[in-house]
Amino acid sequence: MIHTPHVDWFSISTILALLGASFVALLGAVLVPRAVRRMFGCAVAVLGFAGGLVTSVWLYVDSANGHRVIGDAFYRDRWTALGQIIVCGIGLVTALVAAEQIAHRTDDHIAEFFSLLLACAAGMAFFIGSANLMVMFLSLEWFSIALYVMCAIDYDVEGSLEAGLKYLVVGSFGSAALLFGSALVYGSTNRIGFAEIAHAGHAHDTLLVLGLAMVITGLGFKSSAAPFHQWTPDVYEGAPTPVTAFMSAATKVAAFMLAFRVLRTAFPQDAHLWTWALAGIAIASLAVGNFAALVQRNIKRMLAYSSISHAGFLLIAMSAASALGGRAMLYYLVPYSAMAFGSFAIVGARERELNAPVTLDNLAGFGWERPFLGVAMWFFMFGFAGLPLTGGFTGKFYVFAAAYRHGWAWLVVVGVLATLVSLWYYLAVVRAMYMRTSDELRVAVAGGSPPHEPLLHAAVAICMVVSVGSLFAVQPLIDLARHATSAIPF
Amino acid sequence: MITTVLIWLPIAAAIVVWVLPLSRYATGSLAVLVSLAEVGVWIEQAFRFDFSKHGLQFSQRGGWINDLHVSYHVGVYGFSLWLVGLTVIAMAACTSYGFWVGRDRPRAYFGLMLFLTGATVGVFVAQDLLLFYAFFEAMLIPLYILVGVWGGPGRLGATIKFFIYTAAGSLLMLAALIAYGLHAGTFDLVDGAPSFSRWIFLGFMLAFVIKAPLFPFHGWLPETYREAPPEVTAVLSGVIAKAGTYGMLRIAITKLPEPTSYYRTLILALAAAALVYGSLLAFRAPDLRGVVAYSSLAQSGLIALGLFSGTNLGYDGAVLQMVAHGLVSTALFLLAGTVERRTTTDQFALLGGMAKGRPALATLLMTCGIISLAVPGSANFAGEFLILAGVFQRAWWWAAIGAGAIVLAAMYMLRAISAVLHQARGSVVTEEALDLRLGELSLIVPLVAGLLFLSAWPAGVSHHSFAGDQPVQSVKGQFR
Repeated sequence: MIHTPHVDWFSISTILALLGASFVALLGAVLVPRAVRRMFGCAVAVLGFAGGLVTSVWLYVDSANGHRVIGDAFYRDRWTALGQIIVCGIGLVTALVAAEQIAHRTDDHIAEFFSLLLACAAGMAFFIGSANLMVMFLSLEWFSIALYVMCAIDYDVEGSLEAGLKYLVVGSFGSAALLFGSALVYGSTNRIGFAEIAHAGHAHDTLLVLGLAMVITGLGFKSSAAPFHQWTPDVYEGAPTPVTAFMSAATKVAAFMLAFRVLRTAFPQDAHLWTWALAGIAIASLAVGNFAALVQRNIKRMLAYSSISHAGFLLIAMSAASALGGRAMLYYLVPYSAMAFGSFAIVGARERELNAPVTLDNLAGFGWERPFLGVAMWFFMFGFAGLPLTGGFTGKFYVFAAAYRHGWAWLVVVGVLATLVSLWYYLAVVRAMYMRTSDELRVAVAGGSPPHEPLLHAAVAICMVVSVGSLFAVQPLIDLARHATSAIPF
Repeated sequence: MITTVLIWLPIAAAIVVWVLPLSRYATGSLAVLVSLAEVGVWIEQAFRFDFSKHGLQFSQRGGWINDLHVSYHVGVYGFSLWLVGLTVIAMAACTSYGFWVGRDRPRAYFGLMLFLTGATVGVFVAQDLLLFYAFFEAMLIPLYILVGVWGGPGRLGATIKFFIYTAAGSLLMLAALIAYGLHAGTFDLVDGAPSFSRWIFLGFMLAFVIKAPLFPFHGWLPETYREAPPEVTAVLSGVIAKAGTYGMLRIAITKLPEPTSYYRTLILALAAAALVYGSLLAFRAPDLRGVVAYSSLAQSGLIALGLFSGTNLGYDGAVLQMVAHGLVSTALFLLAGTVERRTTTDQFALLGGMAKGRPALATLLMTCGIISLAVPGSANFAGEFLILAGVFQRAWWWAAIGAGAIVLAAMYMLRAISAVLHQARGSVVTEEALDLRLGELSLIVPLVAGLLFLSAWPAGVSHHSFAGDQPVQSVKGQFR
């Protein structure tokens, strides 16, 4: 007779809501007539994510005293809830954009796409709350497999198929590293729970340190930090743009939030090792991301490298390993997710209009042709560069303040120099959109006026509101982040 | 509250202009009206300002990032009042100029001009370091687009240079201000205790010397001033450059007194170099805008000379000179713009003889020119005299260098005036090139009137910039 643990159903209600919606969407693929399948899938996804938002907000309010549930396998605390809120928010805007952008040529498998999107977000919601190595690995695979398929959903497009395959191969490598690392940690401590590992581990156990290094490697692959970033540009370029947008925002949120929890909870005795390791990875990411982005002509590739460099900024916050660092990271993730998602969505709109990959050349004049998307894009670009138009500005300030408090002024200087380099390629986008001379503006547009895309505009508007709003409403967001961070042991 | 209105009124108007699909005429009129309303609000503030009182006035404080002690804290001192006045008056003139010449894509253009007004006012009234930094950076965004979209043929190269130069300086300032704020325990400029760190001082100063600019950080200046539309160049040299010298006074000198005296000689040397080198370049410049651009470099040097003299006279003179030079260079660049509109160029080789039959243009250019070369009796003369007297108290040779450069000013300015107005008629100057129209007069004459007023009563600014007219004590007491 197997002993089943007591299940706190409410603690996993977000995941259940998303999974339920996922099943409904999948049923729709079979039962709903083709003509309305797209709108049906979108509606189910929006409702599912809205439900997930409601339950995770409720969980946030109701989980002031964080504790573990379901056989100590899952955290019910504000850190988890806040992560779920962000992931559900990103999922919601993804659903809006995907309704117009995914598989618009073939109109195939659209309901399955929404089903996968919901399942993927459910996996991420589970991942953020995982409390032992087993749950962490299972949920990582759960959302990764959904992502692999989503990348390849436009299977008649060579790039999409290639992206899915590449992500599968490289992602499996990362998962294997994480699994191997987990095995080493278990071998060394005989425990799989994060909190138990901290008690059982010895700081100078070689096996444990090796395991820690491999866990960091595995999570580094998911968060696309250099030197584990090689898949990022190719996958981001090849995947359907809404999927890229979702990946660049949600995967980062999940990976960073879990990594911070694992490192702080399971390996506090090795903090002197992993803070330096993270600082090293941060510098590598800033260097690789920024310098490689300088030479990109393809906007999706450029944004992919930019997301690598932002992984570097987030790692600066994480390497401070303090409550301030945790708050800085959480705060930074909010405007960053909005800007990353929004900029990819805008690239998707241009891509659909031209029916060709978007480059700096064929972006010419975009700002004047579609004023709203153009203005949103320059807000996002200036925001990425840390200019005071969006919360990207206060995010950078916060991250640097955390590093400085930690005593690493040199890391602040590295971050500042990286920001300076990044100005070049972010401004190149603004330049391309607004400042080309009129003879350069004669780009072959596929014909006619651009498609009417109300849902995409709505999604971009939400991203604008979140990213600009986070500049003004810093303190409320910081308070949310403070309560979430109090669930992490320091 | 009134300070907050000064910042956010134009920014709100900018959003209105961007969002509402108004016609070209309505957009321009709205922008001009708002910029004039801004001047009105400032006049109201100036009348209510108590010049005898010590400390910050019209201050307002709100929360922004409480756990790092960053707040929305704004307010004005005497000298900031004058710089805000300079900003709103110059921006009103330049916005009207944009309306007069009918810039393309009016909604984008006027929105950006209004946004720039708000951000620049913000720089001069912010009393929190991060807020100051935010406005300091926010100025860059509209400028980048204004130069890049409405500029001349070489604008792309110019914008890149401008942006990278100034952003390099200000990003190091971000590192410096984080260090300052976390050490002081607050980012508030009024409450924060002075710091002794030389690194922090250098971080701040690099941003300010690039913005001002001082030699040898002026690499962005010639190209940007030449490629930007004339009214944007006017704003850049008249107002934006003053953000650099204002920062030196408000932050570097007040909050970092020990490093200031440590680096005093170095900065005085850079300032003197900017003064002499800028004057020499202005004498060699082949076009009107070049002359005014390099003379701005020289004047920034002069202002920095006054500020870093650390004397009562030097501070008074520097503030007066900031205002006077701001007005005169705005007027001169707008006049250069009107010349360019009539002749398509401002190259001296092609110009000449424009005075004949164009009395208004000739009078205004002549008046601005001789005020700019600091003829005795002019506002600029008063400013330069105070600065030189102040720096003389530091060491006589600084004053000697300064006085020498002022002779150069007479040379380059007279050369420019004669090349445009007098001499033989240039090949591009035709009979169809009319005198200044009423619209142009109505925006340049007020600037010149302001200059003449300051010439008649320079003490209006120089004796009303620091409480009790004791600048050194005010600086030591950090204004409070």
